[in-house]
Amino acid sequence: MTRTAAIAQLSDKPKRHSPSGDLLRRFLRDPGAVVGAIVVITLVICAIFADSIAPFGPIEGDLMVSKLPEAWAEGGNPAHILGTDQLGQDILSRIIYGARVSLAVGFFGVLLAASIGITLGLLAGYLGGWVDTAVTSFVNLLLSVPYLVLVIVIAAIFGRSLINVILIFGVTGSPIFVRLTRGEVLRLKNEEYVLAAKALGAPAFRVVLRHILPNLLGPLVTMATFEMSAMIFYESGLSFLGLSVPPEIPSWGNMLTLGRRFLAIYPWMAIYPGVAIAITALGVNLLGDWLRDVLDPRTRKQ
Amino acid sequence: MGRYLIFRILQSALLIFGVLLLVFFMVRLTGDPAALMVSRDATPAQIEAYREATGLNRPLHVQLFDYLSGVARGDLGNSMERNLPNLQLIGQRLPATLELALAALILAVTVGVPLGIISGMWPNSPFDYIARLIGLAGQTIPSFWLAMILILVFAVQLRWLPSFGRDTFTSLILPAFALGLGGIGQLVRLTRSTVLEVRAENYIRTARAKGLPSRRVAWQHIAPNTAIPLISVIGINFTYALGGSVYIETIFSWPGLGSLLNDAITNSDFPLVQAITIFIAIFAVCVNLLTDIVYGLVDPRIRQV
Repeated sequence: MTRTAAIAQLSDKPKRHSPSGDLLRRFLRDPGAVVGAIVVITLVICAIFADSIAPFGPIEGDLMVSKLPEAWAEGGNPAHILGTDQLGQDILSRIIYGARVSLAVGFFGVLLAASIGITLGLLAGYLGGWVDTAVTSFVNLLLSVPYLVLVIVIAAIFGRSLINVILIFGVTGSPIFVRLTRGEVLRLKNEEYVLAAKALGAPAFRVVLRHILPNLLGPLVTMATFEMSAMIFYESGLSFLGLSVPPEIPSWGNMLTLGRRFLAIYPWMAIYPGVAIAITALGVNLLGDWLRDVLDPRTRKQ
Repeated sequence: MGRYLIFRILQSALLIFGVLLLVFFMVRLTGDPAALMVSRDATPAQIEAYREATGLNRPLHVQLFDYLSGVARGDLGNSMERNLPNLQLIGQRLPATLELALAALILAVTVGVPLGIISGMWPNSPFDYIARLIGLAGQTIPSFWLAMILILVFAVQLRWLPSFGRDTFTSLILPAFALGLGGIGQLVRLTRSTVLEVRAENYIRTARAKGLPSRRVAWQHIAPNTAIPLISVIGINFTYALGGSVYIETIFSWPGLGSLLNDAITNSDFPLVQAITIFIAIFAVCVNLLTDIVYGLVDPRIRQV
């Protein structure tokens, strides 16, 4: 047997257990993960293609059909499956458009929080000394104020706009990324392969980016998923208090604020936006649970 | 313990100082704190008058010193809207919030911990599935939405419980449940995973191997070791409830700090917003300090600074 043939034969075996196939099989065997993925994909599709999916425009009101209950209830209209609000705007359409705000805040908020958090965490963990002290104090400070109060007050100071909300969540969400990154860096910093890279004369940024950061990706992705669900949750809360996007933009929290005013007479106005929030949070959480099991076996819980 | 205590107290004092600085600079980040503090439709002359009256036109370090010494004397400024000392307003509202937050906490602990223990002792039993479902519900159902659904069902439809105010004991039930569900979910999940972890420890196997009855293993070996991590989570839960009370108190017209904060924000009463933030932050730092002290008393490993 020639040498190449032997190598070919050797490399033949692992093919049957390709990691991506394994992953797919594990994914399909976990009903929670599948449900989570379906929810998240639906959310993304709703947000991107809202214009074509939604039966009506987000602020398209027709007073002739205002205050309609659900299609299946008495007096319902099949054109408005989840009913209409006091201005005759279609609830389902507004929920579909509302996915945009939730997804934008969840995605960009986490992106910003993770960028800030990972950078500071790497610096603090790797450099140590006064940098570490400064970063850790900052983190402890932000974490010492009850999170909701912090977010509510900052939002009240800076006024309502989508950009502000994303910035607020980006900054206030960063401490837990700092903690995670810093802790992992401290743990990995003295691993042999890191010491070897250092001994070979690799500059600090290369050691951090090539040898430490890749080992952090698993826990970071998991954390990002859970944070995304938390941000979608908190955004709806800020909206509900009138502190997120302006009232003319349909967001699930804004819809709930309105729904609260008509709670006793037109309850469907408050019920369905809340269902949308709960389903989204459930889906993202289920996906996060699965990702944690797959990417970060150390923290796997039974 | 003495060294640990002193270290934690100093650390908390520093944190409070940091929070005060944070609030001071946050209000000034927008550029003009006077414009922020005065109501939205104030004229430039009114803003100028306010700046003059409150000394916001003085150099920053003078303002900072003034502000810090004010807080040290227990002076958190006056409310714009109500023309009363902020601390007095806070004092009037504090008992209601403490009552609600404590009720939610008691609910979360009495429901969440037993559920978590049973679920962790018999994993994958039908009971475990129910407990995990409740844990998931606490994580995914927004409290402010739950509050409205509770009102819809128990106040509007069934007319069993009042939907607003703080008149009788029954007024407490719905808000406490809405505020407590998140805590129940968190405690179920944490207790369950802690029980599972402790059950896998070597000393549990040893206890079983030497022939202890399983009831004794559960009460003497598993229970105390599960209780330790719960202490810190219960503290976190309490401060979390302070935040959540902003929604719940607003929805149920509960006369506490949370609805006061929401009113202050709606009325753009920023001196009051600032005072409530400082108060809640200091309160949270103190609760955390207390939790850590209890933690240190129970678990000697924590005391190593």
